[in-house]
Amino acid sequence: MDATTVIIGAGHAGLAMSRRLAERSIDHVVLERGEVANSWRTERWDSLRLLTPNWQSRLPGYGYEGEEPDGFRDMAATVAFIERYAEVVAAPVETHTTVTSVRGGDDGYEVATSRGTWRARSVVLASGACNIPCVPAVAGLVPSGIATLTPMEYRNPDQLGEGGVMVVGASATGTQIADEVHRSGRPVTLSVGEHVRVPRVYRGRDIKWWMDRVGVLDERYDEVDNLDRVRSLPSLQLAGSDDLRTVDLNSLTDIGVKLIGRLAGIGHGKAQFSGSLPNVCALADLKMSRLLDRIDEWVVDTGLEGAVEPPHRFEPTRVESSPPLGLDLTSGEIRTIIWATGFRPDHSWLDVPVFDRRGRIRHDGGVVEAPGMYLMGIPFLRRRKSSLIDGAADDARDLSAHLAAWLDGNGRRPHAAEV
Amino acid sequence: MHTTSPVDNGVNVEALLGAREALSEAPEAARFQWRATCEWINGTHSRTDVEGFFGLGEEQKHRSRFTFDADHPEVFASEDHGATPVEIVLAGLASCLTAGIASVAQMRDIQLRSVTATIEGGMDIQGILGMDGDVRNGFDGIKVKYEIDADATPEEIRAVVAQSQKRSAVYDIITNPTNVAVEVN
Repeated sequence: MDATTVIIGAGHAGLAMSRRLAERSIDHVVLERGEVANSWRTERWDSLRLLTPNWQSRLPGYGYEGEEPDGFRDMAATVAFIERYAEVVAAPVETHTTVTSVRGGDDGYEVATSRGTWRARSVVLASGACNIPCVPAVAGLVPSGIATLTPMEYRNPDQLGEGGVMVVGASATGTQIADEVHRSGRPVTLSVGEHVRVPRVYRGRDIKWWMDRVGVLDERYDEVDNLDRVRSLPSLQLAGSDDLRTVDLNSLTDIGVKLIGRLAGIGHGKAQFSGSLPNVCALADLKMSRLLDRIDEWVVDTGLEGAVEPPHRFEPTRVESSPPLGLDLTSGEIRTIIWATGFRPDHSWLDVPVFDRRGRIRHDGGVVEAPGMYLMGIPFLRRRKSSLIDGAADDARDLSAHLAAWLDGNGRRPHAAEV
Repeated sequence: MHTTSPVDNGVNVEALLGAREALSEAPEAARFQWRATCEWINGTHSRTDVEGFFGLGEEQKHRSRFTFDADHPEVFASEDHGATPVEIVLAGLASCLTAGIASVAQMRDIQLRSVTATIEGGMDIQGILGMDGDVRNGFDGIKVKYEIDADATPEEIRAVVAQSQKRSAVYDIITNPTNVAVEVN
């Protein structure tokens, strides 16, 4: 089978690219291992809602059409939204087609799948940023009596045994799971490393509204000081809910969750925690204040002061003066450990030498080193919003322009940042 | 980008940024090994020398050999020929954080005028005396207090100090466990 372009993955990113290629009449196919929006269907816990409000899903040719633009989609609504998008843009999706390898180079690619092989001049990798849960090496030292699971296996608290739970990681995933597990009657100890704290609502508006308006989400990859650092920032400590509540370390402390430092090691059945908890909390508080300062300056500059609530600051993260540095995992206090320690993409099927020494794809704003190959939907690919549904429109526009120019120019590559 | 900056904390930021760039191309050169040799003098008095180390792919040397006498004070029935080893640890932490503050401030175009750290480590010596197995030998906590005079807001200064902790080797050594192998030839 032949196509000019093969897009791998029918999530929002792959579908947005499909729409952009259709606009340019570039023939293509979208290969999907399961159904459209597969990860949202099969790899998320029950209570998860999107972290971005409904309105913030402006895909090329489609957007939110419902009555609650400020609400937050649950997983069923997210799947329905992406499914509807695939229909609206009439994306040529081949479902249940698992890519097993991508080979080739200068004269095109061979994409082998569970349903035959496609030949294509260009390939778009849109298979997601969160395919594999990152589990720290110390996981292998957890005593055998303790159940361990990743957020991909976690569905709801009922699935866990009774007794204490240690959640490792305090970004969006870890704080949300800590909140609901603790409320289920299983006392939670939350191991906290570096994290990004933001309030759900500030000055009467959702934080994502502010980040959108102020231009934070539009910051470009070629304008930031340390791209490596911003690409590896943990997710914002946020939760989507009907009551717009903030889930942060203080709200967790209020319900009785115990905060401890970053898990630093496990030896002889004892977990050891870093003494850096006060500093990681101070760093997150300071960083949050800088974001709020920026919002306040923008409000003054745009003359909106009368139209929004007055500025204020949030209580610093409360940390006990000497948080425990050790925990005996054999004492029975902890019965379950959940590794909310991040995710990474799975490109194990990509047999093209485009990886750096840490196994990440080398690319310039989504333009992969291999000619005709493009990457979508990973953190700060081209902009701060690149990992959001709302970021796919601009990235797909830029990258489809580059892709089209490359096809037209018979291999002469435009500069990645110019498009 | 900082070449025209009037801010001068005596830190060569261009060299540091250049090193980061160069090392990202050749990460094996980033592997350093720090060394010291220590000789017992008498009683609790010992003398430690540092001179050579390994880094950037080859043997390196300090401009001269540095010597540290360590001993214990007279309340420990010692002769007090030098700082106690735990005080040297405090010195290591304070000087590491302070060096970090100068570097981060330079990077952020903040002119420092004075930086003073007071550092305290609490210890219950029942641990080292073997009187109570539940008491640890080491510090039960460390407090560092900074007085900083700089061309920056209090918030910016706090951010510099927080960033310095995030990047500090000694802070990491003290706050996280490290495997230690001690052999006898």
